[in-house]
Amino acid sequence: MSETSASPSGPDKARLAIAAALGGVAAVVGWDAWRLSNVAAHSAVGPAAFPTLIAVGLALLAIANAVEAMRGIDEARPRDELKPMAWVLGGLLGQIALLPFAGFSIATGWLFAATARGFGRGPLWAHILAGTVLSFVIYILFAKGLQLSLPAGPLERLI
Amino acid sequence: MESFAALAQGVMVALQPANLLFAFVGVMLGTAVGVLPGIGPALTVALLLPITFKLDPAGSLIMFAGIYYGGMYGGSTASILLNTPGESSSIVTALEGNKMARAGRGGPALATAAIGSFVAGTIATLGLALIAPTVVDIAISFGPEDYFALMVLAFCTVSAAFGSSVTRGLTSLFIGLTLGLIGIDLQSGQARLSFGIPDLLDGVEVTTLAVALFAIGETLSVAAAGARADEIIEPVKGSVFMNREDWKRSWKPWLRGTVLGFPIGAMPAGGAEIPTFLSYALEKRLCRKPEEFGNGAIEGVAGPEAANNAAAAGVLVPLLTLGLPTSATAAIMLAGFQQYGLNPGPLLFATAPDLVWGLIASLFIANAMLLILNLPLVGIWVRLLAIPRPWLYAGILVFATLGTLGANPSLVELGMLVAFGLLGYVLRRYDYPIAPVVVGLILGPLAEQQLRRALAISVGDPLTLFQSPVALVLLALAALALFGPLLFKLITGHRAPVGADED
Repeated sequence: MSETSASPSGPDKARLAIAAALGGVAAVVGWDAWRLSNVAAHSAVGPAAFPTLIAVGLALLAIANAVEAMRGIDEARPRDELKPMAWVLGGLLGQIALLPFAGFSIATGWLFAATARGFGRGPLWAHILAGTVLSFVIYILFAKGLQLSLPAGPLERLI
Repeated sequence: MESFAALAQGVMVALQPANLLFAFVGVMLGTAVGVLPGIGPALTVALLLPITFKLDPAGSLIMFAGIYYGGMYGGSTASILLNTPGESSSIVTALEGNKMARAGRGGPALATAAIGSFVAGTIATLGLALIAPTVVDIAISFGPEDYFALMVLAFCTVSAAFGSSVTRGLTSLFIGLTLGLIGIDLQSGQARLSFGIPDLLDGVEVTTLAVALFAIGETLSVAAAGARADEIIEPVKGSVFMNREDWKRSWKPWLRGTVLGFPIGAMPAGGAEIPTFLSYALEKRLCRKPEEFGNGAIEGVAGPEAANNAAAAGVLVPLLTLGLPTSATAAIMLAGFQQYGLNPGPLLFATAPDLVWGLIASLFIANAMLLILNLPLVGIWVRLLAIPRPWLYAGILVFATLGTLGANPSLVELGMLVAFGLLGYVLRRYDYPIAPVVVGLILGPLAEQQLRRALAISVGDPLTLFQSPVALVLLALAALALFGPLLFKLITGHRAPVGADED
């Protein structure tokens, strides 16, 4: 269970990166707090007090994470496969790109197909078709039944 | 007994046909999502928030509670038959339950889990009804500094209980607190951390964050694991009914699990995971046939499952009486109350007694429904496990984006969903817990409010935070929660036996 002894793998680069990112966020929050303390200085506990506390906490955690990272990797992490992830992300970003002009059904059909592809299920075009039909049914249910305002495109304008 | 009078009133509310229907829909959904891997009750409630916005508050909250209880039942089914716990609090159930299923005793394993959950859930809900008025009486005298200390305690326990190290838990918490800063500060009208983007002025939506972290983060993790994650579903062989010996070996673990689970869940220490681990260890020690542990001992299913459900009811004590969520699902449920302008806490018992007691009474009904749904109908739930992964996760993403678009049809909101999804993936990948992020986002602004109120009363003197005895005790407990595991390690040389995750 315990793995306190120094690991031969060297510092945990990923956690060092996380520590650096935390440091960056601490700086941004701290800068914003400093800006706020200049703007509204009429009260003892203004909008800057709590952000200052959080910035200090973030900075301390950046250091703590860096220290833990220097001790080495505490658990071996299996390699992640980038291709399936890229498909899923592509599905999500593609949906955002398609939504304004293609509408909810087609954009979400693409998301469905790209995700299924990421999990190894093809063919892409059949899933786009199935996903679009599924999303169209959802659109009718939610936009008409529950009055949610979902982005409409050419398909949605048909009804 | 004011509790019983109030509870009787609540039963009348819960028995209204519409509310019975909401409870039924809730437990069905809850069981389904509990069984399915990748989605849990926290995510489901988050997805439903925008959709239920226009519905009746009492009905929606009854449904959310049904999902919460249902998720606990469904989680055990997935653990036993698939060896993949749908819920983190079912991890222990998988240890013995899956062994039993492999030995052809899946039926009795499912039965002892369901009946144990029913027994524990009923006793613990009764405990909730009895203890809530007392906590409310105490909480009504709390000042802002006491509330602030209470939230600090919740922050510390949530960070220490989830995740593999306190540093990781606190890191997640502070990410959530930072996200909670974004938007217009209500007291001074100043925009904070919004960098001139109008969509950020309203702050980060709890639903967007929760859906992104749970649904998108999880999908990315599973996709990245690729062929690594191969699972075998164990068919339910033989009878689902327990024989005499099973009953004899089950009833004591049920009760012991309840006794462990309820108080631990009810303390602002939170989480349903710790009592399941404790119950497992206890049953292993008390069992007459310890050699069966590791090979499918029924006690190892009965005890932890009871503890799990008792703790789930316990978590509702701080949520309803103090407005303090100690798990991710409780945090989302708090957001559900807030969406109707309701603030859980001592005042809610005075201003909306019908709603609160109706909710508590509906928990008894939900529990009874779940027992019926889970024993004879277990075969239907098992079929859910056979949904191909590509379609399951594609469907999860469709509903995740639908929920976000339904709440706020804006592309910036969807962009935030993807960005937080990536955050969720990174957190999972490097073993940082998710629940503290959600709790930090929801509790952070409330903690700031109480802090500023306390400091305004004392005209800026920070010592006021330490002058109330209640606050002092709570802060001491918070320090213990943070440094306890460290002390434990220093004294015994072992890591503390906690480190479960989520929901």
